[in-house]
Amino acid sequence: MKKSLIVLLIAVIAFSFSTQQQDIKASIQRGKKIYESTCLACHQPDGAGVPRMNPPLIKTKNVLGDKSKLIRTILMGLDEEMEINGEVYSNPMPSQPHLKDQEVGDVLTYIRNSFGNKASMVTTAEVKAIRAKIKL
Amino acid sequence: MRRIITSVVFLFAVTFTACANDSTKNKQAAIAGGLKLPPGFKATVVADKLGKARHLVVNSNGDIYVKLERLKDGKGILRLRDTNGDGVADETFAFANYAGTGIAIKNGYLYSSSNSEVYRYKFNAKNEIENPDNPDVIIKGLVDKRQHASKSLVLDDKGNIYVTIGAPSNACQETDRTAGSPGQTPCPILETAGGVWLFRTDKLNQTYAEGIRYVTGLRNVVGLDWNYSMNELYVTQHGRDQLSQLNPTQYSVEQNAELPAEEFFMAKKGMDFGWPYCYYDPIQKKKVLGPEYGGDGKTEGQCGTKEKPLYAFPAHWAPNALLFYTGTKFGEKYKNGAFIAFHGSWNRAPLKQGGYNVVFVPMKDGKPSGEHEIFADDFAGGEEFLTPAKAQHRPCGLAMGTDGSMYISDDQGGTIWKITYTGEK
Repeated sequence: MKKSLIVLLIAVIAFSFSTQQQDIKASIQRGKKIYESTCLACHQPDGAGVPRMNPPLIKTKNVLGDKSKLIRTILMGLDEEMEINGEVYSNPMPSQPHLKDQEVGDVLTYIRNSFGNKASMVTTAEVKAIRAKIKL
Repeated sequence: MRRIITSVVFLFAVTFTACANDSTKNKQAAIAGGLKLPPGFKATVVADKLGKARHLVVNSNGDIYVKLERLKDGKGILRLRDTNGDGVADETFAFANYAGTGIAIKNGYLYSSSNSEVYRYKFNAKNEIENPDNPDVIIKGLVDKRQHASKSLVLDDKGNIYVTIGAPSNACQETDRTAGSPGQTPCPILETAGGVWLFRTDKLNQTYAEGIRYVTGLRNVVGLDWNYSMNELYVTQHGRDQLSQLNPTQYSVEQNAELPAEEFFMAKKGMDFGWPYCYYDPIQKKKVLGPEYGGDGKTEGQCGTKEKPLYAFPAHWAPNALLFYTGTKFGEKYKNGAFIAFHGSWNRAPLKQGGYNVVFVPMKDGKPSGEHEIFADDFAGGEEFLTPAKAQHRPCGLAMGTDGSMYISDDQGGTIWKITYTGEK
């Protein structure tokens, strides 16, 4: 009896893990399309940005760190002096409030798992919570 | 018969060897300075890894002054000196505690800019700067909001100093670079930026109150020069970005890559070049209303009254320096013609980027007399180059030496090249 419970537990964990993997894969795929239409012009196909102007998205604290700040950057934009690896960037980041919660999550999940990055998924629920806080 | 065959084979062999030699030689010439140049020209690396080398100027004794956009070891100007005459700078003197772009020499003074001030240093009889740590402040309090903040400068023979003040904006929308945000009419930015301002060299601590808005309607000018044959100011404008990203229903990605042109102007006092309301369409060959101002890509509206460019360059190439070549060493073709250094594009993505080169435009009576040709190329690093961050070099400044050579600075790799004409093909 005990044995079969353990087996069941393992199966459940394995199943939920593989579902998560599928979720993140699907999110990355959807996010890629949003990146190409909304972000690529400035941040470039390789995520390396434009020196002096548009920040890179490769292994930076902003991208891999605090998710809520990252979500806010998409929803509210960002216009402040920013130094990354000794370089400063001058162009403002425009807000993208027209993106739906899932789209914001997808594009951030794509960015956090592309260009050599590896980080956790940004979920629709996380975006929804931040959007409610900033009352957009 | 056999003799004929032998001679033909011999001739063929000679021709082949000659060709092979030629191509090897060309390759070597290109590799020497890393640049591709017209036959007879040679590039040598004077210095490299200097940091963000923006504009530069050469003094009468051959000293090169380079303005840095970011401080290096706390200093913002480098004086490079070649003491043994081998063409390579072997002595560096660093001074100035501010970063910036503009630098010029006139009547025994070195002028240099931060992103909000213009300073002046005095040369002594030995061509050394007397006051490296205590420059005069000529102009102060200019707009610096990070975007398009470089203050390029040039002087004329009448004690005037012309300073470019770029607009900290793309198209003067209420919210910059944001889709759906309307354009502002009139654009309030034009009161303190988006043009060239005129100041005097004989007054200290000038502000906007003492300056004159010499020309307006220029989004961002980094390249400018005084044309002594015409006695007029000439400028090159960075045209607006993101037509398709901000207006995807009106413009395709392909159109965005070709619109608008980068413009080359003669800038006479009082002229208005149309930014932010208008942009120049090089295919229709006219200025049209921008989409944020009710434009549909064809309507001229008020733009018919704005100044037209002398010459339209491909979109987004980013002209960062303009130099009228007044020397004789390059030959008759180049005399009084215009060299323009293109920093290189980013807003052509996902299409292939452009620029990252120095072009030449022949001039006659102050106007272009032919098509532009690429003079120096391969700054970015050849075919593998795809995105701006991967570019090895980005040309940013041009200067002429008293010996008729031309110098090119680069703010990505920090390289300074000297271009000479040797006549060797």
